[in-house]
Amino acid sequence: MTKNSIDLTLKIWRQENSRKTGVFETYRLKDISTDMSFLEMLDVLNEKLTREGRDPVAFDHDCREGICGTCGAVINGVAHGPEPETTLCQLHMRHFENGDTLVIEPFRSRAFPVKKDLIIDRSSLDRIIQAGGYVSVNTGGTPDGNATPIPSATAELAMDAAACIGCGACVASCPNGAAMLFTGAKISQLSLLPQGQPERKERAMAMVTAMDKEGFGNCINAKECEAVCPKGISIRNIARMNREFVKASFLG
Amino acid sequence: MELTANVPEGPLSEKWDNHRFSSKLVNPANRRKYKIIIVGTGLAGASASATLAEQGYEVSSFCIQDSPRRAHSIAAQGGINAAKNYQNDGDSIWRLFYDTIKGGDFRSREANVYRLAQVSNNIIDQCVAQGVPFAREYGGTLANRSFGGAQVSRTFYARGQTGQQLLLGAYSALSRQIKAGNVTMHTRQEMMELVLVDGVARGIVTRDIINGELTTHSADVVILATGGYGNAYFLSTNAMASNVTAAWRAHKQGAGFANPCFVQIHPTCIPVHGSYQSKLTLMSESLRNDGRVWVPKKPGDTRPPASIPEEERDYYLENKYPSFGNLVPRDVASRNAKEQCDAGKGVGTTHLAVYLDFSEAISRIGEAAILKKYGNLFQMYEKITDSNPLHEPMMIYPAVHYTMGGLWVDYNLMTTIPGLFAIGECNFSDHGANRLGASALMQGLADGYFIVGTSIANYLGSTKTQAVNTDHPQFAASKKQVQERIARLLQSSEDGPTGKLTVDEIHKELGLLLWDHCGMARNKEGLEKALAELPAIQEKFWKNVYIPGSGEELNQSLERAGRLADFLEFAEIMIRDALARKESCGCHLREESQTEENEAKRDDNNYSHVAVWEYQGKDKEPTLHHEKLTFENVTPSQRSYK
Repeated sequence: MTKNSIDLTLKIWRQENSRKTGVFETYRLKDISTDMSFLEMLDVLNEKLTREGRDPVAFDHDCREGICGTCGAVINGVAHGPEPETTLCQLHMRHFENGDTLVIEPFRSRAFPVKKDLIIDRSSLDRIIQAGGYVSVNTGGTPDGNATPIPSATAELAMDAAACIGCGACVASCPNGAAMLFTGAKISQLSLLPQGQPERKERAMAMVTAMDKEGFGNCINAKECEAVCPKGISIRNIARMNREFVKASFLG
Repeated sequence: MELTANVPEGPLSEKWDNHRFSSKLVNPANRRKYKIIIVGTGLAGASASATLAEQGYEVSSFCIQDSPRRAHSIAAQGGINAAKNYQNDGDSIWRLFYDTIKGGDFRSREANVYRLAQVSNNIIDQCVAQGVPFAREYGGTLANRSFGGAQVSRTFYARGQTGQQLLLGAYSALSRQIKAGNVTMHTRQEMMELVLVDGVARGIVTRDIINGELTTHSADVVILATGGYGNAYFLSTNAMASNVTAAWRAHKQGAGFANPCFVQIHPTCIPVHGSYQSKLTLMSESLRNDGRVWVPKKPGDTRPPASIPEEERDYYLENKYPSFGNLVPRDVASRNAKEQCDAGKGVGTTHLAVYLDFSEAISRIGEAAILKKYGNLFQMYEKITDSNPLHEPMMIYPAVHYTMGGLWVDYNLMTTIPGLFAIGECNFSDHGANRLGASALMQGLADGYFIVGTSIANYLGSTKTQAVNTDHPQFAASKKQVQERIARLLQSSEDGPTGKLTVDEIHKELGLLLWDHCGMARNKEGLEKALAELPAIQEKFWKNVYIPGSGEELNQSLERAGRLADFLEFAEIMIRDALARKESCGCHLREESQTEENEAKRDDNNYSHVAVWEYQGKDKEPTLHHEKLTFENVTPSQRSYK
């Protein structure tokens, strides 16, 4: 170990495919530069495993700049690891100590079946959006962008919700496996903006119904989702979704 | 190879209108009889999928990610251009057209670029209607900011996440069509081969990333929206999965590849810090609105930035280009950064970085105003580097970012293979030799929302397509080729890893070769050296690569190996193209062709053309064709941003 590098013990969930059961396997890594990102550390492990003729750890990742929402794993019990508002790809090894043991496992939820090692199937989130996470407008024939003024504060509030990257950390961290932060963020974005008004009620009903159908749980105010959200999405969006749903179901 | 651009008749401003009128149409009731395959779900692919499905075609969309929302368009930060002239600062369609064609150093087609500027305004309207939360002024109107290569404020933005918000808009439109049953979405599917029947594009072969299963799909039209090839360099700002495979497979079957040497090297990226590095992170060009670029005047000055007094700093962009200053186009900014570092004035531990300093803007408008504009970028920078740009200047260095080259397409965005279209970054069409900031989002959405629909109707309305499904023997034959190719990739791994190399080790070697000799500055000697060294890397790959596991399972090493195999072949035409274009233009600086002030010197007499490469078969030299560029409406001038 040098000044800017650390040695680590990794306990990683290995699962061949969705039919097999998984186990934790232990790996030791030496001289990990503290400037590396967490995924680069996994790259180093995988290069080592490959050279040893062993199966590298499968993990999802793509943009590696914290915006595509592809990567994610639970590190020592915390989705995306210990740093607030950080995706796994933006988590750097300087936040760990020499000699640390890191337990690395996939985002777990009934609605997120494990495909291999740390790779899960999050298509349930896509189906929630397909249920109504849009404005029903075809291409063409739309009014001028400035035709409807939107107060800057409203646009900013909508943007706060729209910043969701759909990674699923909220689901993985929720004791009840709820996807309400994810769903609430989309419902909030569109219910705040004038463009979302015509379908406001149908959207809330359809998306909440889809969420239940996919097997996600309900919010129990544990606030774990907000704590791990890499984009700092507030649970106020869940409250807003609940209001939208109540209005849609009882007030018609 | 026939290169008929099919540019419509008439004055520039009427060409698109004339074309839409003269194009054939498909009656709404007949559209559902046509099947369309769209590969890729970035801005171009998702917007095309949604739009064509809305129009009534039967659409199948494919992406390699686990969800169509994750394509790399999502990472675009700064904004999207449009000629709205909301700021009343002299903008117009003509000015956006002119800035774009000049920014591209007069190496793109007038008619395409003009059409892009024309539809730019529709894009903003469309996105607003979808609920894209663009930044607003206090009065509720849309806000704009400035970007490189323009003197007007025409860039619309959603904080530093404009690409994300536009992509989620297109993804939502696509999701609506999936729900309606008009689009069949295939996620985690990689296109492995294009299927031609009688010389016409009729389908694709895909590999299921989860279980390795190969499937054939037939259609009447195939649209590639598969992005750029920047990852040939290994290190780039592209997402890890971005690759050239779909375009290269099409090229090997007869699609001309245009201007492969035109690669944009973005000036404001976080510098390389170690050999384990997997990608480079871009810091939006919008930062140059408020950040001032400088280096110490004295070479080898290692003092911390705060200890270097004002008079010992060289704000080289402001000094050299007083009228555009820090907002010169990307190629100019990148080259100047390299020049300063080559002169020994680079900063940081590697001396391959320059400062981007916000202190002047912070004292002018305050920390809060700066954070409102760039908060998420500052946060991203701090996460990676552990340094806060509010307190010390950012360190930046150029990195491979975008590829202007791509599949050659005519005015209809059709490649040289009938029935095969290319949209977004994977075509070559609009950016010439250099793309201006905030123009990639514009082009992707222009192609997908507003242009390709006209082209598809015209193609289907004027072509008699025969009924073909996956029972046609060509599909089985193509699938077999893919199987054999995968088997060949795995062959060298049979006797274990001893003495072998990993996919990434070979990819890094290719990347370094390209970066050193076909990067920011190129010369004959270096390019010839790269061309001579390339076959050894290719051979090393096929003989010595070690890929664990099999083809019938989730195997990320195999995925990367397949993509690298194509990058290794593709690199040859990149280098050949750079060698053949002996002039400098835009991003392509041939050291032999510079002005006295070290600016790129074009040679319009000999190189005012699109260079289009035709594949001739394995171990045969590819042939170079030219599409001559004619300028009837603008006069190509030596670009000057002084």
